[in-house]
Amino acid sequence: MQKILYFGRLSDVTGTSEEMLSIPAEIETAGALREWLDVRFDASGALLDPTVRIAIDSEITFDTAPVGDASEIAFMPPVGGG
Amino acid sequence: MLRISGDPIDAGLELNQFESRAPGAGGIVTFSGQVRPEAQQGEVNTLFLQAYSPMTEHGIEAAIADARSRWALDDVLVLHRIGEMKPGDTIVFVAAAAKHRRAAFDAADFLMDYLKTEAVFWKKESTARGAHWIEPRDADYADASRWTKKETV
Repeated sequence: MQKILYFGRLSDVTGTSEEMLSIPAEIETAGALREWLDVRFDASGALLDPTVRIAIDSEITFDTAPVGDASEIAFMPPVGGG
Repeated sequence: MLRISGDPIDAGLELNQFESRAPGAGGIVTFSGQVRPEAQQGEVNTLFLQAYSPMTEHGIEAAIADARSRWALDDVLVLHRIGEMKPGDTIVFVAAAAKHRRAAFDAADFLMDYLKTEAVFWKKESTARGAHWIEPRDADYADASRWTKKETV
């Protein structure tokens, strides 16, 4: 099980700000996870928006990054500032 | 020093404590930001602020380190509130202590510009017409860009 976090406006789309998930073995990269989740939530591309960055274990990463060993994966829309 | 918390911020108390921690400083500048009562969509009922620990803390710590490398500072304090707030609540408090006032003014200004545009927070405003996530204004980005321009001069 891996922890997935959805920040900002994404939590309105997914209906949750975090969940524990068993990511299917064939989903190997952050980019593939993004696409899989977008379909799963019927998010109409909200998760595919290039301004939505992905962090693996608190480090911003690229869509090519492997997700297999990640314990926490965060989807981050542009920050709103304080 | 940095503190991100859901607890209310008492700016007066924080200033008193900061003054006693930085006894040798010639100048202390503080900024406290409050939740605005009105938005484009009307009167604000609540403002909700979300952080991502420890990424949010790491970013602000790096901004504090950057400020310390730019100006000779005796002490720096950044307090940021998260969670649900009401208009008039203090959302942020920044204090900078230095031998001379200009360094303290500039450091507080610099840190506020970082906090308004780059700090890892997401912000949701609720009004009578509904709730929406807000992003920095163009003016906030213009303010923040003053510090990068400075480096190239």
